[in-house]
Parts: sequence; structure tokens; C-alpha cells
Amino acid sequence: MREATLWTLHLAAGVVILVFLSIHMGIMHLEDVLTALGTGYRDALGWASVVMRNKQLYFTITYVILLAAALYHGLYGLRNILLELGPGPTAVRVIQGILILLGASLFVLGTIAAIAAYVR
Amino acid sequence: MANGSQTGQIGLRGWVYAGRFGLERYAYTLHRITGLGLLLYFLMHIFVTSSRALGQAAWESVMGFLSHPIFRIGEFLVYVAFAYHALNGVRLILGELGLGLGNPVRPEYPYPIAHRRQRPLFLALMIISGILILAGGWDFFVTKH
Repeated sequence: MREATLWTLHLAAGVVILVFLSIHMGIMHLEDVLTALGTGYRDALGWASVVMRNKQLYFTITYVILLAAALYHGLYGLRNILLELGPGPTAVRVIQGILILLGASLFVLGTIAAIAAYVR
Repeated sequence: MANGSQTGQIGLRGWVYAGRFGLERYAYTLHRITGLGLLLYFLMHIFVTSSRALGQAAWESVMGFLSHPIFRIGEFLVYVAFAYHALNGVRLILGELGLGLGNPVRPEYPYPIAHRRQRPLFLALMIISGILILAGGWDFFVTKH
């Protein structure tokens, strides 16, 4: 794939992360602030709350989208940083191979966990 | 392959030495550091959150382990990194699209510098980032202390 396409996907993934991770951070880490403002709900990490989100298709789908976008954005960013250090052609292939394998493995793990939690 | 002195690259030193590039260069350095920190956390986070598929006992065991104050502080640092990285990322994407940089002009002395035109946007985004960090700090350390 052309480098310009990969870079554009990196930016697009960043926008996707901005939207969904902002929602995630609001639910997880601003729950008391949101509650004080008259919205939000408490104890986001409690099991009942986790199950409630697991059973909603919206959360399952957006979790998988966020997982894919964050893995791509993060690992492509790491690849760019490593390649800026000037490795040789063989090292570049090894770096890219490891990052693709790592990203694909974690995507499969996270997706299986999300689906398993949804159907459980 | 040409070495750094021939290509003008200064390697890792370029991360911490802004030279004449100023504030935006330090923003770039911080963007990289926070990005690497967020990536490291995220890779571990996938394993941690996957435990919910194993049931209540597994989930509560993991959450109990992570309730130690050290992890709470680490989690807050991740939140701070997110607040900075996300809002600085907005500036970078706008810049990538050519927004907020002004129209191209003839290069006549004194030369206009595009990122100085974007600096008010940068400062505004950093103020929003600071407000989010304060709100998060209140949630982390005041209401859940």
C-alpha cells in the first residue's frame, strides 16, 4: 500500500479514536464530573455496569472499531518512529512484520473477548 | 546509507532539542512521548479488559489488583497523556489539511511563519486540555480518594 494511503489512514484512525475514546474516557474517568452535571452514571468499573455495556450491541461494535483504529494508529506511529532512526532494509521488514503480527494478534484477542462478553 | 551528519538528521537528540523551531517542536516531542506511553498502556489494557469475558470473579480479581494507588496514579497519567495527545492531534490534523495556517503569500522579508499563525489555536487547545486534566484530577483524587 502506498505510504500516502497509510498516512491518511493514520489520520483517519486518529479522528475515530478522538470520538470513541473521548466517550470512553468520559464514562470511565469523568463519571463524577458528569454526575455532578446531571448526567452520567456511577461505578463504571463495577461488574453490573460492565455487564450492562457488554450486552449492548452499540458498545460491542464501537469497542471493536476503537480497538482496530487504536491498534493501527498506535502501531503505525511506532513504526514511523522506529523507521526514522534509519534501520537497514532487512530491519525494516522485521520491524514491520513484528508490528503487523502484534496488531493482528491483539485485534483477534480483543474482538473474541468483546463477542464472548456479548453472548455470555 | 548516509549517516546522520550527512543527512542533517540528529536522531534522538532532535526529540529534546528544539533549536530555532520553538514551542511547536516541544509539542512534537511531548506528542511522541505521550503517544508511546498511550500505546504501551493500550497493549496491556487489551489483556486487562479481555478478562471480562471470563466472568465476574476474573474481572473483580483484576480490578482488585489494579486498585492499588500506584496503578491509580499511573491511570491518571494515562488520562493526562490522552488529554494532551488528543487535543494536540487535532491541531496536527488541521495543519495537515492546511486549516488555520493562512493563505500562501509571496516570500517577502520579514517572512511569515505558518505555525505562528496557528499558535492561538495551539494555546486554546492546550487550555482545553488543562481544563480536562483538572476535571479528571478532581474525579480521580477528590471524589474517589
